[in-house]
Amino acid sequence: MNDTTLQNFQTQQDSPTASESAVRTSYNEAPTPNKGQPVTRNESVEENLSVRVRDLSLWYGEHQALDDISIDIFANTVTALIGPSGCGKSTFLRCLNRMNDLISSVSIKGLVEMDGHDVNARGMDEVALRRRVGMVFQKPNPFPKSIYENVAYAPRMHDMVSRKADQDELVERALRDAGLWNEVKDKLHEPGTSLSGGQQQRLCIARAIAVRPDVILMDEPTSALDPISTATIEDLMDKLKKDFTIVTVTHNMQQAARVADYTAFFHLGEMIEYNATKQMFANPHTKKAEDYITGRYG
Amino acid sequence: MSQSFEEISAQLKKRHRRSARMKWMTMGALILSAAFLVVFISDMVVRGWPAFQQAQIQTEVSYNEQSQKLPLAAVDEDVRPLISRGFFRPLPRRMENNPALMGTTQTQWVIADSRVDQYLKGNEDRLRPADKETLQALVEEGRAELKFNTTFFTTGDSKMPELAGIASAAIGTVMTMLVTMAVCFPIGVMTAVYLEEFAPDNKLTQIIEININNLAAVPSILFGLLGLAIYISFFGVPRSSPLVGGLTLALMTLPVIIISTRAALRSVPDSIRHAAFGVGCSRWQVVRDHVLPVSLPGILTGSIIGLAQAMGETAPLIIVGMVAFIPDASISITGASTVMPAQIFTWASEPNSAFAEKTAGGILVLLAVLIFLNALAVWLRNKFERRW
Repeated sequence: MNDTTLQNFQTQQDSPTASESAVRTSYNEAPTPNKGQPVTRNESVEENLSVRVRDLSLWYGEHQALDDISIDIFANTVTALIGPSGCGKSTFLRCLNRMNDLISSVSIKGLVEMDGHDVNARGMDEVALRRRVGMVFQKPNPFPKSIYENVAYAPRMHDMVSRKADQDELVERALRDAGLWNEVKDKLHEPGTSLSGGQQQRLCIARAIAVRPDVILMDEPTSALDPISTATIEDLMDKLKKDFTIVTVTHNMQQAARVADYTAFFHLGEMIEYNATKQMFANPHTKKAEDYITGRYG
Repeated sequence: MSQSFEEISAQLKKRHRRSARMKWMTMGALILSAAFLVVFISDMVVRGWPAFQQAQIQTEVSYNEQSQKLPLAAVDEDVRPLISRGFFRPLPRRMENNPALMGTTQTQWVIADSRVDQYLKGNEDRLRPADKETLQALVEEGRAELKFNTTFFTTGDSKMPELAGIASAAIGTVMTMLVTMAVCFPIGVMTAVYLEEFAPDNKLTQIIEININNLAAVPSILFGLLGLAIYISFFGVPRSSPLVGGLTLALMTLPVIIISTRAALRSVPDSIRHAAFGVGCSRWQVVRDHVLPVSLPGILTGSIIGLAQAMGETAPLIIVGMVAFIPDASISITGASTVMPAQIFTWASEPNSAFAEKTAGGILVLLAVLIFLNALAVWLRNKFERRW
């Protein structure tokens, strides 16, 4: 990645009104998001729809951060969201479990549908939604409690376990699924923050899967980790998609190529292209995606 | 053309000199304030130490029918003027309560008059020459000496300095602080939790915030006027009671607790809140299970310091009638009572030199309690901090 281009790009981000239009005109030849175009499906596995997003737009006050996003996320796949900084991929991710509700200036238009329900509907309880859509953050953020308590807290809060033995079993299963059990089984009652960064991130994954959600959102889960921990987490994502639908934001295109079944390319709040990862990397439809993937900018 | 090291060093010399000068000036400021503190505390100790000692006289006390009618007859005539009137007054009742004493004569240490006390401490000489001779003789026999003053820690105020103590004021302080704490800790913490965790960030909450910060800077005597107007005049809370004093001090302490609690809540990293929201906590669960446990040491520290400040407060209590002559400690929160700083204030206005040392002694006790409370705050902060 070229430093100068990155800097230029960020300067453009800072003053969206003038430079945004400039960038857009320079990409006039590129087609609009592939709403019309069919998404190449992976034929090997049968895939069901998990989350359906239609015409989703989002504003931070006056500033539009997402512009008419439409995407289908398939169950038991890993979907990667890629794109340069500030392109809206994290914002989009947070729309899926309504974490944007925490910011008071946000306004949202459009449909995010899960299991036949509009998640932004008046009757939808965001607590119920987050019970089914878990999240792993960029920086490992275990609770300031013991390793055991980090995992056991949410299931107990959601009344998933009543007996201590059930709870122990659930904690062990979640930690096993997160590939952390062997490392922590002898120190379950030590603080979660005493673990290394990569272990903390796997603890956060265990915490998320402990409530058996349908979807797990990962917001650049490896950006704060070393290469070995990153590889561990990537392996884990591959294993977890058997039981969960994973949507991950990543800055790292190689990572998207390695772990994702589907990849969506975001740019300046628009989704430029969405396709099966192989298709996307081998033969991108759009010039912008091609330029980004080949490292011309970003 | 770049500069040589010699040229640069020549310029630097001046800057280094200025650094050195500033270092000495800032250190001087520290030494000056430390010196003030040392002088203040040592002066208080020197003046207040005698208050912890009290002259006592060993004498024969005869318990019989005559002394039951006329308590002064219980001791020898020549020693009589040296002994506190406070010793004689309760004698008949003691005999009534303890019939076994009747008809016996016992040699015991009794509390001396304050003139004797002050004479032995070398403060003032108001004894008659004849009494002085008797006292001299007693001192030589080892039958008159300064002993540890338990009375000071066990009684309330008295017009006789040798009987005056800090105990009823201390009990009043405890009662008042209990009322203050019971009122302002929950209200203050809940207000701060609302403002920090629930309230939308709009004009109204900003105005409330500014006004809470302003309240913390309002002169404390105004809270006394407010307490008088609201609690005593409107609600009819008994004047001079720990209840009205505690409620008045609660008004004063509330902004301090709100501000320190908000600071403690704000110092909890947002990543913890996001993690909790991410697993599906409701807002209250986020606060109760994750934010409050982490911010507890800060909240406790702020609250204890606010209470310590309230404990040393006198001005608003003058207005609600807690600065008064209270000889007996009242355990009820509606009975007439006084607090330690108010007791010190009362003693300070007495002309008698025996009360001057009580004033300093009272200040020492108050300082000890405040230092204890601050130490408790530090200990609590260290105990609960970083438990993750």
